[in-house]
This record gives sequence, structure tokens and C-alpha cells, in this order.
Amino acid sequence: MMNYDLVVVGGGPAGMAAALKAKECGVESIIILERAETLGGILEQCIHSGFGLTYFKEELSGPEYAARFIDMVEKTDIAVKTDTMVLDIDDNNLVTAVNKKDGLLKIQAKAIVLAMGCRERPRGALEIAGSRCSGIMTAGTAQKYVNLDGYMPGKKVVILGSGDIGLIMARRMTLEGAEVKVVCELMPFSGGLNRNIVQCLNDYNIPLRLSTTVVECHGKDRLEGVTSAQVDEHLQPIESTKEYIECDTLMLSVGLIPENELTKNVGIAIDRITNGAVVDEMRQTDHKGVFAAGNVLHVHDLVDYVTMESQLAGQGAAEYILNGEKETVYVNSTTGNGVRYLVPQRVNIKNGNDVKLYFRVGKIFKNAKVVLECDGKVISSKKKVKLAPGEMENVVIPADVLAGMNENSTIVVRVEE
Amino acid sequence: MKRELTCVACPLGCSITVEYEGTEVISVTGNNCKRGDAYARTEIVNPTRNIASTVKVVGGVHPVVPVKTSAPIPKTMIFDCMKEINAACVNAPVAIGQVIIPNVLNTGVDIVATNID
Amino acid sequence: MCYDVAIIGAGVVGALTARALSKYKLKIALLEAQNDVAMGATKANSAIVHAGFDALPGTLKAKFNVLGCEMMPKVCKDLSVPYKNNGSLVVAFSEEEMETVQKLYDRGIANGVPQMSILNKDELKALEPNLADNVCGALRAESAGIVCPYELTIAATENAVTNGAECIRNCKVEAIDFADGVFTLKTTAGDIQAKYVIDAAGVHSDDIARMIGDESVNIVVRRGEYFILDRAVGNMVSHTIFQCPTKMGKGILVSPTVDGNLLIGPTAEEIDDKDDVSTTLAGLHDVKVFSTKSCPAVSTRNAITSFSGNRAHPVTDDFILGPSKVNPQFIHASGIESPGLSSAPALGEYLAKVVVDAIGGVEEKEDFDGTRKEVFRFRHATDEERSAAIAKNPAYGRIICRCETVTEGEIIDAIRAPAGARDVDGVKRRTRAGMGRCQGGFCGSKVVEILARELGCPINEITKFGNGSNILFDKTK
Repeated sequence: MMNYDLVVVGGGPAGMAAALKAKECGVESIIILERAETLGGILEQCIHSGFGLTYFKEELSGPEYAARFIDMVEKTDIAVKTDTMVLDIDDNNLVTAVNKKDGLLKIQAKAIVLAMGCRERPRGALEIAGSRCSGIMTAGTAQKYVNLDGYMPGKKVVILGSGDIGLIMARRMTLEGAEVKVVCELMPFSGGLNRNIVQCLNDYNIPLRLSTTVVECHGKDRLEGVTSAQVDEHLQPIESTKEYIECDTLMLSVGLIPENELTKNVGIAIDRITNGAVVDEMRQTDHKGVFAAGNVLHVHDLVDYVTMESQLAGQGAAEYILNGEKETVYVNSTTGNGVRYLVPQRVNIKNGNDVKLYFRVGKIFKNAKVVLECDGKVISSKKKVKLAPGEMENVVIPADVLAGMNENSTIVVRVEE
Repeated sequence: MKRELTCVACPLGCSITVEYEGTEVISVTGNNCKRGDAYARTEIVNPTRNIASTVKVVGGVHPVVPVKTSAPIPKTMIFDCMKEINAACVNAPVAIGQVIIPNVLNTGVDIVATNID
Repeated sequence: MCYDVAIIGAGVVGALTARALSKYKLKIALLEAQNDVAMGATKANSAIVHAGFDALPGTLKAKFNVLGCEMMPKVCKDLSVPYKNNGSLVVAFSEEEMETVQKLYDRGIANGVPQMSILNKDELKALEPNLADNVCGALRAESAGIVCPYELTIAATENAVTNGAECIRNCKVEAIDFADGVFTLKTTAGDIQAKYVIDAAGVHSDDIARMIGDESVNIVVRRGEYFILDRAVGNMVSHTIFQCPTKMGKGILVSPTVDGNLLIGPTAEEIDDKDDVSTTLAGLHDVKVFSTKSCPAVSTRNAITSFSGNRAHPVTDDFILGPSKVNPQFIHASGIESPGLSSAPALGEYLAKVVVDAIGGVEEKEDFDGTRKEVFRFRHATDEERSAAIAKNPAYGRIICRCETVTEGEIIDAIRAPAGARDVDGVKRRTRAGMGRCQGGFCGSKVVEILARELGCPINEITKFGNGSNILFDKTK
């Protein structure tokens, strides 16, 4: 058995940022366990630009953003095991992992940061009838084939779902010579960033059909076409709007799900909306010494925010390792009108610092206000020209407000139209 | 003339209104930063974009290495630029930032690698 | 070369027949039209080992079901295939349906079904608390079980091949000639000669019979649609829950699977295109609605996939077994719809005996081994077993499928096995890689890579299930 102060599960942007921050805070022995062959996580296949504007103040591609952290990790004595899969975490933070070289690994950790990222929602989770032929894949799988393996996964493409990966892949496939026929989106709004609609779809005259879904796949061996249909206000397909679209590939970009199988096995409480752990402001779960950060906690829109959140988790884990448990008085954060979820779900009012609450709205709001209310008093009210479900927002609880709270206090974030 | 644009300079995606006559920009409003102002002005006169793709690698770990334009190129040249990228080939090892195609199509912009291989 | 026996169709019946025949000193060919075994009705059914109370007394269905159900545990054990004796319940929702339950009980007694009882509401709810509150009672059959039909078929094929049978895939029979006591099968894999032919071609068995001029077999194709739900809800019921049968079949069932998922379905719809296994919006909707009748908490929100399978329904409503009236060297194994899977072990032995008796004087092999070596399954292994396996072969230390914890070593084993996997779905059926909640999102491309490496071809030649089901087009550069 090995002993490490901190075990970081996942070597993507979240895991690397958490490990580096913990190191900076003085944690001596840290190990990152990564299931892929290299550090970097999903960024390795995200070759488009748009990463790092907030954190590095420059526009980087995914691999470039990852490389900066990989370089930093390599300059420290943080241990890294790639091609290593974590199988289990037990009640006492004993981590079981496996790889080809070491076989089964047992690592006793003082603290753990969960940074496993997320996965894409597959076809089975949707109700698309028809054939189970080849040519139906998630946008992320297609992205790997094109960007890393160098093969075309399709020539005539329909994309279902206008999440950012779907939009990005519409442009990537077009640049590589495929014909992207249409992007269909079930909801009346896109789940992706506005700028991606402009530069990935509009620039290439790819139509975006809102309130439209794919109801059936056709083709015996390879996909030959799909039937699309508009949906009513209950998201049910409207029979009269059915339309056959010839294509050899259907790419799905219909949502991301945090990968929390390990988390659930430990018995950590999961938020029904985020599908991630319930955490406090340092991203500590309800299991002592286990922290979570990045897309495993809630799906982020920008990697920059993943980095910043993970640094908090790294710092939290470091404090836990170096100083032991802190005095805690928790107050839950509550979602008000228009707010789908809040992270962190609970705040230690003894924290002593400002606490940033991240959230997403449930629909598009124009010229609305984001209101933070503590103990029934409006603490801040910030005007927003636009709030969209595709974009993560945040609001800060000032340290002095927290200091004046007690265990019966309330924290509410809501949108005022 | 008035045009509504969605800024692509950063993920905020600000809605910008540009007033212009011919190729002369009179006013830019709605942007939250200087980059937005610059984006709006170029978008009216000569829209430009960054592109990302891959180039064939010989002797590397992966069959292709990701590349990008070192600066935006005119939007009208995107597909010509893709032809150049598709025709290129590089020998491993490749370093991040390595110039794969200098001064592509005389734009003054380089095609550079964005990962190692 | 002339085979003694050619079995057309490597479904569960064909494969178990090949295995039963491989005990004897015979040259056996198991012919499969598709790129893999178990690609027809075998791949997509309810995966149930029925107790045997459904079929009318005196029918072949009744006889072979009861026999097969009894044989199944040992066959599965010998072939190292998961089987679970979970028992079944036919649930009644009215007093009228309780009469049906009584009828089924009586029929079961007549068929020789052991361990049956009729439960009242309280007994039933105590056994299965997640059933609907308006249940009245049920028929319990403790001998019923669940099995993985394609794993059984893959294992039986492997075992038959290990014992000397040949499995020829991508071998679609297009015409049959008969001269001098020998059949010549014109197939997509060339001409194949055999003295005896067993027609186990499922939905196409009537087409095959017509090739020798036998018009007596008539198959109607019934499509059944299903959902597979996530393991998270796999323990909602422990028994296989049937509703009272109608003339179209046994209704929508809710059942655990041997892999811990929950299976709901099937619909029953007669269709014309025998090979059309598409799901339909209407069918899936029906499964969704009718499954909640038994189990209100079942929700397709937990669905990880849906599928449909085509059952070969004989117009005579009973299995068609034995020598053809046109040519006694042509043996029917047709119309094997439910309880076909349950009957399969008994059908295999029976069909083998028909051929062996007809040939006469056939000797048994001295070295026949009816057991298949246990397949290493990382997810079921203990820490010690895992360490030992990795020490022997490091590929068992590399997890490819995260959701089902499948290692590279297991995937390589599946490809290198006798009649091993040649496509992505074949790897999936043999190892479960890609069968979990992400449905191959992460591991799909890695499986393609491993297949290409093992089969020695570029990755764009790898298919999902043979034919033109390629996953990738050309290189981008």
C-alpha cells in the first residue's frame, strides 16, 4: 500500500489545477491518477480556440491550455500515473486503482479531490426510434475521431443538440469537407454559447432549427437518413412537421452528465439537478476529506472557471490536510425564481472570505436582475442584459455578510424580471 | 446603416450594434471591452476568423497534430487556407507553437502547431 | 470436402445443436449469414428461461420448454455463462385474470412444471413490494430463470468449434441443390456440401425450406420492442414479472437481467420485412405505458438503450421439428419462437439425436469436452484474482470500458476466441464493453483501435456489425 497526503482522481484541467494549488499551499505528497494515456483530459481533443481568455487573458486552443498546466505539474514533484483507472474509494479514503504496470494499487489518502469530468448523454437516453445502424455517435466521440485519430466519422451530417460541442463539431466537420445539413435543438433556445452559433453555424450557413428533434433513424447497415420533427410546448413531436433528411451521420450533443459513479459508491450526497456532489464553498463533499471540482461537480461552460473552482478545492484539501477539520456552521444556498441550481449548495459562514456562488438559469431572460438575498435582505442586485441557460453566472456573498449570519440564516439567489 | 452583431471575441458573446456608412464605422455600442469594438469594426470592413484544424504527421504518436492560424485570416480565405493545411505534412517531433506553414496564402499569418507529437 | 451436417443459422438453437453434434465423430459446419453468431432473434428477446406453463399440453413447445428449463442451469454452468434461477410471477389485476392464473397453473401441472404456487395479494406484495397496489395475486413458478441468450450462443459456438465443428460466418445460403444423397448449398461464402442439413434459420427458415421445395413451413415475423434500464433500478423486482397472456403473446414483462439491468418489453407486432429490427415510436411508447401497469415506478428516464427483435412465429403455432417430408436428410428446426430460448438446450440434444440416428453407427469422440474454460471477467474478480491476472497478462490492468469495467485483456480474449469477435457489437456482446450507461461514448473508439490491431486492418475497415456498417470513412489528411 502507498500513502499520499492528497490523491487527485483525474488529470484534466480540474485535477491539475487542484493538485498544483494544493502543492502551492504546502501539501507534500500528491498523486494524480489519470485514466487516459496523457494528462490534459478532454482538452486534448478540443483543438479549437477560445480557452483561457479569463484565466490567461489570451485565447488558446484546448491542447495549449492543457499544456500550460502539464508543464507546471512536470516542474513540481507531484506524482502522476496515467493509463490508471480508479476503481473504488472506501469510507476511510483508501483508493483502489489499476494499471498495466503496477497492477492493482492501494493508496491511502488523507484527502481526495474528485476530478473525473463528465460524459455525454448517449442515444439510448433519448427516445429516437428506428435502426441501430452505424453512424450514430456523440459529438465528442466524433471529435476524437477527427482531431486525434485523423479519420472522418461522416460526410453528410445532422447534429442533434446545440450544446457547444455540437456547434464546434458542425464547424470542424465543415472545414474537413463534410456537409453539415442542419443542427436540431429540442429546446426553443440553444444550449451553446452565442458566439459559437455565430462563428460555427452562421459563418458556414448551417441552419439551426430550434424546437426540433430527431425522432427516427433510417438505414440498415450505415445511417441513410433521419426523420426530424418540430415539437410542441410539451416537447412532444408534431406529426405533421415530420421531415426526412438524408445523411450518413447523426451526431448527438444532447447534454453532459458528471461522471459520479465513484462518488456515489462512497455514499456522497448528490445534487439532483447538477448530478454532482453536494459541496461547501471549498468544494468539500459531505464525506470528510473528499473534495470535488470541475465538470464532475457541475458542467461548466468555460474551462477557465473549472480551473478557478479546482484551485478552491485544492486549497480546501490542503487546509484539511495541514490543519485538520475547521470549525463549521453551514447555511444552505437556495435557488429562487429562474435559478436552476447553485454551487456550492452550502456555505460555511465561518469561512472568513468572500464566497462566490455559481449558477445557471432555466430559460433565457432579457434585461433582468440577479438578486442575492441573505436573511431576507437584498445584498446585491445586478442588472443583466441577457441570462441564458448555456452560460454559467455567479454572484458573490461578501465576507462581512457571511460573518453576520448564524445557523438559521438563509441565502437565496433569484432572477427578477 | 445599422447592424446587430454577436461578438465572437470572447465567450461572453456581447450583442453589439454598429452604425456605419459604406466601410466607415460611425459608432459601436453594446460591447463591454476594446476587443469588442475592434471586432465590430473589422466585421463591417473585412471580417476575419481564426481557424483550427490538423496536419498530417509522419513518425509521431498520433497520425495528425492540431494546428491553428497564428492570427485571424479573412473569412473569405478560410477554405483556401484549409486546402493548404490539408496538403501540408510535418515530421515528428512537433513542438507547440512550431510554424508548420509560414505566411499562409501571403496573409502574413502562420499555421502553427498547438500540441506536441 | 463434404460435411456430414450443415446447420443453417447460428442462433441459440443452431449453436447448441452444433455443440451437441460435436460429441460425435462427425464433420459439422455451422453456417451464419451475418458477421457474427446470435444476430437474429437470439440477440433480441426477453432472455427468460420459462418454467413451461404457457404452452398447451401435448405441444412440442410444452415438451421442450419443460425439458430445456431443467437442463439450462447445467448447460450454463458447463459453458461458463451467467444464469440465474430468479423465478417468475404471472400477475393478475382482476378476479377474471385470477382465473387465467388458475388455468395456467393447471396447464403447468399437465406439462409437468415443478414448484408452482398461486399467491394471494399479500403474499405477492411481500415477495415483490414494488408491484402495483391493484394486483390481486399471481402464479409463481420457482423453476423459471434468466440467462443471457447471446452469451449462451457465443459460448456454445465456441465450445462446438473447440470440439471440432466449423463456424463459417458471412455465409448466407442462397440456393440448395441435392444430388447423389448430398446437398450443395450455394452460399455467399462459396459452395458447401453436406449430407444432412438442419434448418435453424429463424425468421428465414421457411425461405430455406422452400429451397428444397418444402412449402410446409410458414413463418410470420413478429417484432418485439424493449428498453434496457440502468443498473441503478435493476433491483426493482427480483422475479420476472409477466402480465396475463393474450393471444399475441405473454404481454409486457418487467425483469431483471443476469447483468443487473432491468428489461421491459416486448410489444408484439406482425411485420413484413423479416430483417427490419427498427424500433418505432409507437412501440416504445406502448412498452413505456404498459410496463408501469405492473410496476408503477418503472421509468424510461433510466433507459440506457432500446432495441427490437423479430420472432419467427409459425402459423401452426408450434415448433416445427424433424425430417422434411420432401427430403428426410433435411431437418426442420423452424418456428422457434418463445419458449425457444428456454427449449434450446433440449432442442439441441434432440436435433443432434435425429441426425445421429439417421446416419446410424456414429461413434462418440473420446476427447469431447463439453465445458468452456471460464472467461476472466475483471468486474467479477476479487482483488487477488485481479492481481494474479494482471501479473500474467498486463492487458488485464488496462480498463477500456469505464462503465462496465472491461479490460483490454478481456477484449483481446474475445477477439482471439474460437469464432471470436470481428466487429464492435461482437466485442460488446462478448465483454459488455460499450453496454453501460455511456453506450460506448468513451470506449467505442478504443475498441475500434484494438479490433483493427488484432485483425490487422486499418481502423476504417472496422464495422459495427459487419456488412456496410463501417464506423469511419477516409483519413482526414
